Amino acid sequence: MQDSHTTGAHAHPAPHGGGHGGDHAAHAPVATGTFVLVWVALLVLTLVTVAASTWFPGKVGIGVAMVVTPIKAALILMWFMHLKYEAMVFRTMFLSAIGILALVMGLTFFDYSFL
Amino acid sequence: MRSESGTLGATAVSPAAVAHHEHRDDIGSKTGMWLFLFTELLLFGGLFIVYAVYRHKYGTEFHEAAHELNKVMGVTNTFVLLTSSLTMVLSVGALQRARVAESLRWLGATFGLACCFLVIKFFEWSAKHHHGIWPGGEHLHAMPPGEGMFFNLYFMMTGLHGIHVLIGMGVMGSIAARIRSGHVSASRYAALEFTGLYWHLVDLVWIFLLPLFYLTN
Amino acid sequence: MAESKTGPAWTGNYLQDYGSRRGLMAWLTTTDHKRIGLMYAAAMFTFFAVAVLLGLLIRLELMNPGMQYVTPRVYNSLFTLHGVIMIFLFIVPGIPAIFGNIMLPLQLGADDVSFPKLNLASWYVYIAGAILALMSLFVGGGVPDTGWTFYAPYALRSGSNVSLAVFAAFVLGFSSIMTGMNFITTIHRLRAPGMGFFRMPLFCWGLYATSWIQVIATPVVGITLLLVIMERSLGIGFFDPARGGDPVLYQHLFWIYSHPVVYVMILPAMGVISEILPTFAGRTVFGYKAIALSSMAIAIVGYMVWGHHMFTVGMSDTARRVFSILTFLVAIPTGIKVFNWMATLYKGSIRIEPPLLWAVGFIFLFSIGGLTGLVNGALSTDIHVHDTAFVVGHFHYTMFGGAGVGLFAAMHYWWPKVFGRMYNRKRAIWAWGLFMVGFNLLYFPMLVMGIMGMPRRYADYLPQFHTPHLIATIGSWVMVSGIIVMLWNLIRAIRHGAPAPANPWEGTTLEWQTTSPPPQLNFAVPPSVTTGPYDHTALRAAAAKEAR
Repeated sequence: MQDSHTTGAHAHPAPHGGGHGGDHAAHAPVATGTFVLVWVALLVLTLVTVAASTWFPGKVGIGVAMVVTPIKAALILMWFMHLKYEAMVFRTMFLSAIGILALVMGLTFFDYSFL
Repeated sequence: MRSESGTLGATAVSPAAVAHHEHRDDIGSKTGMWLFLFTELLLFGGLFIVYAVYRHKYGTEFHEAAHELNKVMGVTNTFVLLTSSLTMVLSVGALQRARVAESLRWLGATFGLACCFLVIKFFEWSAKHHHGIWPGGEHLHAMPPGEGMFFNLYFMMTGLHGIHVLIGMGVMGSIAARIRSGHVSASRYAALEFTGLYWHLVDLVWIFLLPLFYLTN
Repeated sequence: MAESKTGPAWTGNYLQDYGSRRGLMAWLTTTDHKRIGLMYAAAMFTFFAVAVLLGLLIRLELMNPGMQYVTPRVYNSLFTLHGVIMIFLFIVPGIPAIFGNIMLPLQLGADDVSFPKLNLASWYVYIAGAILALMSLFVGGGVPDTGWTFYAPYALRSGSNVSLAVFAAFVLGFSSIMTGMNFITTIHRLRAPGMGFFRMPLFCWGLYATSWIQVIATPVVGITLLLVIMERSLGIGFFDPARGGDPVLYQHLFWIYSHPVVYVMILPAMGVISEILPTFAGRTVFGYKAIALSSMAIAIVGYMVWGHHMFTVGMSDTARRVFSILTFLVAIPTGIKVFNWMATLYKGSIRIEPPLLWAVGFIFLFSIGGLTGLVNGALSTDIHVHDTAFVVGHFHYTMFGGAGVGLFAAMHYWWPKVFGRMYNRKRAIWAWGLFMVGFNLLYFPMLVMGIMGMPRRYADYLPQFHTPHLIATIGSWVMVSGIIVMLWNLIRAIRHGAPAPANPWEGTTLEWQTTSPPPQLNFAVPPSVTTGPYDHTALRAAAAKEAR
């Protein structure tokens, strides 16, 4: 079996017929500095949300949280969870899953917003 | 690849030989892992829908009730989890570069931070419990419906999240053992990478819980 | 790979034991997708038999007005159990667990699914869930009496053993998720060389759409069911009006899963039909891409229509209108499929064989189910027929006439491949005829008396409904005798049937290229693909060559 080599982490036996990307080589490890930067950004963004909710409680605080929190989530997804470095199909799948959740939540509010 | 062996394969396959041939499809495994993460997202997603509906219905009560939560502890725990996510990716990075000891150290740090998170959570919960605020508790029962809803949601969502932290810690322990024994290594680090993915998901959920509960006042 | 293939020649098939284990242990520890599929089949048909029996009891009680055989409380338990078993143990795992497992790798030209061990685990989780469901009958407060939907607030108050039954459904959800994850990954990773997504057989497309629903929708009901347990044990009040909760929210969450899941039941069946029709029409399928993509479209639109189960519960008018309009959208991709199937048969060289008859039966019954669905989907008419026998008739036409008959069609189509034996075709046609007559006798009167006002889930009724109820009960006996003949005929064939050739139906997809039954690793020569899945010209050319 040619796949039992030990040189790379990307071994795959798949007789892969699909056209979608996926047979890329394993990406080189991401530089540690990048991760540290992302981490700093996450901490700063957290502080921003906390500050906003403390000094501007109510609409502004909530608005900031609603903008900043998805950004934090995106940072984690793209860098810590490597989606930025994965094949397109992973991002597509993720967006579909989240899209369905958003869709379902939105449709639920056709009931609760108009009661 | 398989097509090259076509002529040889024309004779029937020996099952004894089959046992030796190793199927390894890291991208396939990763696909499976992400699908699993989607199920986790949707599991929490159901609770987020419940939250959204009752926040819509009981806006003022939610704001009132949120005052009772300890913001400092919530934010501290956010920092703890975010940092644990960093140590997690550093552990994976170290293993990819074949620095086993370093990888184990970062993994240990992640485990420690997870413990730290749970300890803080424990103090938070026991303070609430002390005041009779827990699901089925008498104080919570006596609250106006909207505030009771807030706390029940708080306990369900942070509780489910806490269970995920515990599971994550268990997985980290077993992965550490497999790194030590060499089963997870620079050439096959997928198991550690997937543990990381799971751990980041736990972090991701918490990122949303913070503004929903601690920053609502 | 080349090395590993030169072991001692082994000419057995997957039904014979290989490796160190023998007999039952070899089956219980197998990771062979074909064996796992058969294990699912064995378990599911056991439960199916039980649920059919419960259904017969319901019909027997309803044969005459007044209470004859059971108390109303027992009657409630009967229809709850019938529903829970049929839905969660039979028709949701259904075609994917049996024929998805067996045929997906074969049709893709792969050795197995991507995660064989997970596949076996899913069977054990399924069994665990089934055991929990059975336990709920005998321990605690007794047989659940809430209906299979476990609606709040009654499910929160019922003294019967709802918590355990709900937990069983939760566990069964895991099994479903595992299967879904496995299939998606398999389809993405293990297609034969040359098989792009648009060269996959349509059954695989059906499974692909199904698997996405399983993965994305099941967790929502998982958490919902957990919340019901929490509510019953801790009183968290999410769905309890007395605590400020909203029972309608339970229905929302429940149907967010349970509506998409009806497409988990039907999409694989549609896939089966899309396999059978081109084979027996001897030509390629009409509108391949339209059928393939309509599966995905149904899966997506299926997420947006759950509200049509709740038109009468007091949703906002806006929501009712939106859900009603969206519901009609489902008819578009469904119609695309039905018209493409018709066009596939048109001017084909049709051979009347049992699989084709079951497939045509599917189209007939499912069309009735679909069209009566429009009556339920339209706001005003739904209010008239809501909670009546009409709804019961409608969903039996879709679920049983659709998903169930699709499964029977699949059994008749792939039986010779799976067991290497051909059943008695004449007897199979008789069974089909009995089933079709009985089915319509059983369910059509329900549509009629539903419109006349016969409510569902009632143990007794007014004398004016006697005739349709009597016809329905007689129909149930005819239909069940059809099922018995069918199963007997198929099971008998496993031992006594004539040996089946590799390709008895002249099918064009990859599973017909290997022996019947297939070897352990499916293909002696790993196949590759150069054309679409239903290219009969190549098959005919090969046959002509052989004849010369």
